[in-house]
Amino acid sequence: MGAASRLGWWAISLGAFVAVWWLAALIYAEPKLLPTPPHVLDALLVLAKSGALFSNLAITLARVAAAFLLAMSIGSALGILMGMSMTADRLLGPWVVLFLNLPALVIIMLCYVWFGLIEAAAVAAVAINKIPNVAVTLREGAAALSRDLAEMAAIYRFSRWKTLRHVILPQLAPYFAAAARSGLALVWKIVLVVELLGRPNGVGFELQTAFQLWDVATILAYALAFGLIVQAIELGVIQPWEQAVNRWRR
Amino acid sequence: MSGLTVEIADKTFPASDGAPERALYRDFRLEVADRSFVALLGPSGLGKTTLLNIVAGVDKDFRGKVAFTSEKPRIGYAFQSPRLLPWRTVLDNVLLALPKGREHVERARAVLGEMGLGDAERVFPERLSLGMQRRVALARAFALEPDLLLMDEPFVSLDEQTAEKLRDLLADLIQRRPTTVLFVTHDSREAVRLADRVVVLAGPPVRIERDVRVELTPEKRREAGDVERVRDHVVRVAG
Ligand SMILES: Nc1ncnc2c1ncn2[C@@H]1O[C@H](COP(=O)(O)OP(=O)(O)O)[C@@H](O)[C@H]1O
Ligand SMILES: [Mg+2]
Repeated sequence: MGAASRLGWWAISLGAFVAVWWLAALIYAEPKLLPTPPHVLDALLVLAKSGALFSNLAITLARVAAAFLLAMSIGSALGILMGMSMTADRLLGPWVVLFLNLPALVIIMLCYVWFGLIEAAAVAAVAINKIPNVAVTLREGAAALSRDLAEMAAIYRFSRWKTLRHVILPQLAPYFAAAARSGLALVWKIVLVVELLGRPNGVGFELQTAFQLWDVATILAYALAFGLIVQAIELGVIQPWEQAVNRWRR
Repeated sequence: MSGLTVEIADKTFPASDGAPERALYRDFRLEVADRSFVALLGPSGLGKTTLLNIVAGVDKDFRGKVAFTSEKPRIGYAFQSPRLLPWRTVLDNVLLALPKGREHVERARAVLGEMGLGDAERVFPERLSLGMQRRVALARAFALEPDLLLMDEPFVSLDEQTAEKLRDLLADLIQRRPTTVLFVTHDSREAVRLADRVVVLAGPPVRIERDVRVELTPEKRREAGDVERVRDHVVRVAG
């Protein structure tokens, strides 16, 4: 499918969604509880003009980025270690299962209780939620590394760096991409909860304030703005990167 | 260039998944003279690939030793499967095996050209036929100008015409730049056609059943009659 036709379908699908929403809002006729699309756009403009929108988005995105990078690097290191070493896998495997099944909310609460309502605790809580997923994905990748290619690299005397860059990382790239993709989706949702529970700013905090006022238009305005940004990152960064990495496939 | 002596006091694969323990080598010894082309002939499953892996140094789990006549010889290894990096182009696959430098790029290009792969330099390996992938793997082994060239049934599962073309090419390349070659095959005709020494293996455990010198000129090697005469010798005594 070409980029143009894909964009076309995208527009049709989203257009239908907006139409249904609008219709429902008109029938329900309770603009405070279910605002129409123009209402939400108005709320968005107000937020944008006051500057609150951008400062809160920036703060939340910074937390997303920090937690994402932290989770990706620690999770990858753990996963690769487990995939390459049976002992590490036996030792760390049960931990990973434990943390995979620990509710996000519990991790967040414990982080705040133990480390205080501070920035580091917030970012750590999000990262800890994501680390086991990354580790599991990368463990699979590391366990599937080709022995044939490793032998080839050894015989042709590839340096460590050459082996990493040309032999190992390309094999792990699809697993990194999968972890990054599901990682972004998970992290940005959990960040909002973390902000709601223990931060004095950010989109999650603003949502809470709006919730207390039953200000649905503001809730939807923030959701819309943030959703668009995450979608843009997915389309503009992750997908092109995945395509570039998979260029060699038949 | 480098000759070599391989001595294996014991090579055993431990039992696994219900498969019993396999003692492949016991007190085995093979000497390969510098610049000789030695074909190792034997049925599949005997342990030929294992022997090449031991010589190449990727299988260190054995009792015994491998000694080369020159220090740290450069080894080119054409594996049973091509083992190319699918995410690197044909040219990069060859270049990665070489040290950096302009002259190496030239050489890689030249060897690819000789292999008939000049147009495929920028192509990713998986877009090529198996025969072409094999040639890339050979080009990689050759461009290195190895002191020792290990080849593991490099021409199986190719159609006979392609295989014959590649055999000619191999003979030609070696004539121009003599190298020690250890060539594994289960095709006695191929062994006689290429090698100046055919070592017939039997077992297990692997022993040298027969060691036949092939003294044919390059021209005679292309003639079925002469090849067949030596082959009879190799096969009759072996069987
Ligand atoms: N890593 C391994 N673990 C256990 N058995 C192996 C392993 N590699 C090879 N073998 C066994 O050793 C025997 C010889 O293998 P190989 O050297 O590949 O034979 P050939 O190349 O002569 O066909 C085979 O029976 C094979 O099943
Ligand atoms: Mg074999």
